[in-house]
Amino acid sequence: MDMKVAKKLGLKDRYNLMTRDLAWTPTYQAVKDVYPYVEYEGIKIHDWDKFEDPFRMTMDAYWKYQAEKERKLYAIIDAFNQNNGHLGVTDARYINTLKLFLTGVTPLEYMAHRGFAHVGRAFPGAGPRVACLMQSLDEIRHAQTQIHSLSNYNRFYNGFQNWRHQHDRVWYLSVPKSFFDDAITSGPFEFMIAIGFAFEYVLTNLLFVPFISGAAYNGDMGAMAFGFSAQSDESRHMTLGLEIIKFILEQDPDNLPIVQRWIDKWFWRGYRVLTLVAMMMDYMLPKRVMSWKEAWEIYAEQNGGALFADLARYGIRVPKGWKQACDDKDHLSHQAWNVFYNYGAAAPFHTWCPGEKDMDWLSAKYPESFDRYYRPLWQHYAAEAKEGRRFYNTTLPMLCQTCQIPMFFTEPGDPSKICYRESTYHGMKYHFCSDGCKEIFDNEPQKYVQSWLPVHQIYQGHCFPPDADPTKPDFNPLAEVLRWYRIEFGRDNLDYEGSPDKKNFDAWHELAKGN
Amino acid sequence: MSNVFIAFQRNEETRGIVDAILADNPTATVNEQPAMVKVDVPDQLVIRRATIEEQIGRAFDLQELHVNLITLSGHIDETDDEFTLSWKH
Repeated sequence: MDMKVAKKLGLKDRYNLMTRDLAWTPTYQAVKDVYPYVEYEGIKIHDWDKFEDPFRMTMDAYWKYQAEKERKLYAIIDAFNQNNGHLGVTDARYINTLKLFLTGVTPLEYMAHRGFAHVGRAFPGAGPRVACLMQSLDEIRHAQTQIHSLSNYNRFYNGFQNWRHQHDRVWYLSVPKSFFDDAITSGPFEFMIAIGFAFEYVLTNLLFVPFISGAAYNGDMGAMAFGFSAQSDESRHMTLGLEIIKFILEQDPDNLPIVQRWIDKWFWRGYRVLTLVAMMMDYMLPKRVMSWKEAWEIYAEQNGGALFADLARYGIRVPKGWKQACDDKDHLSHQAWNVFYNYGAAAPFHTWCPGEKDMDWLSAKYPESFDRYYRPLWQHYAAEAKEGRRFYNTTLPMLCQTCQIPMFFTEPGDPSKICYRESTYHGMKYHFCSDGCKEIFDNEPQKYVQSWLPVHQIYQGHCFPPDADPTKPDFNPLAEVLRWYRIEFGRDNLDYEGSPDKKNFDAWHELAKGN
Repeated sequence: MSNVFIAFQRNEETRGIVDAILADNPTATVNEQPAMVKVDVPDQLVIRRATIEEQIGRAFDLQELHVNLITLSGHIDETDDEFTLSWKH
């Protein structure tokens, strides 16, 4: 019997048949009613079919490979948990990076899930819609796998237990939270430039690659497993970000100025959020893979430089704050960790002074800045702590209206002077940490006047538990704020030295050596 | 001239993939970091299915790259036989 075997379809044919070919144009309702958000931002798209995912990933292949990634991930996490993985890390100081990650980043993964579901629905083109659907599913997977991976640490270490509650309340967590809230309250095209392009393509390598490689270096197989599993999806996300920006720019010349302004804005917003990553890399990892400065040079200056050189043919230039971000690489992590050291009583993780060996490493990595500006600071703090006067700042800092970070960044070109900027809007004065943040505000003041600034909220009395009584003579406002944060004083906060985490880690290591 | 790069988790599956990349891209440089391996090539990087299959001794679908991929840079072009990263400037 003769049987005709149909030739297996090639990748390009399969992609066309399984994405664009499955879409249809609605007839019961007008197209503009089905896709109501696609015009108001001013972006002009003439032919949605011009977008093509270069990976040519179809949903059937997507499920297959994602299932394989999940199986690998959970096998590693099981093995890690079954073998006392929580004891295998270099030092319990390391665990504090995970606390920062779970409270600061994991909730953003969930918001990214919502954001991509929303913009996927908003785009009339089948290609971007399918790519956004996949990214939306990836992002909820990331949120779930991070929660699963880190739950084992919650059994042994303090500070993990109220991560979701704290994300909506704690002062520095308003930085990542407001960043994503800003993005998902934008239109669908701006969201794509904000998250898909500026964050995923230009900045996400700085967050995930050195951090996760650092997790592996510090013996944390759990975080390495979720991190690299998440990052394997990231390549697809970066590609979506790059393809969508090329697609928008090729569709109409009028799109260029709108896109450029979004790139300027979102590069700066994302860069400010990465301040937390800078201090994590330089100060919080007991064994460091590379410095923030080195990571910035590889992933921003070299790779980002290549990207913007490539986009120059569309008329795109490097983001406005690019030069300042490059100039600040010698200072960012030091200034940030100083602030967290100051406010170590008000954060649900531990802070510490770098030791002599740490400082020698920092000095070698930052020959231009560390010994001159920052070593004396740490020596001063260490001497104070030795005399029993570990410094905790008990006044509240002034926050930038845009990025919500305390105003500690220094003037471009002068690391000895704090940078202050201000704007007046409807008779009210607003404060900013930089020209970048001021300009973002000045472009959309009606949006940023609504910022939920933690320090303002505390002063307005919105950050106390319901049973707090400010009329009592012994009322301690900062203690009440910590109660509202659900930070247990002396256990979840303060210096690593003397913390229950440190005592437990040392005791468990003694026990691990024998009976 | 700028580099394109691709990074993978460092494990048995990617050892053959990285060897194939090195065979097909003579100007490639390998950078091994904890748990990951990053390959940089000036201007353009090509991954060929046939070369990977020679290295690992079994049939390979280029979309399997996704399982161990960490990050990449450059414009992508993927067919059944080749996966290419390049800059156009």
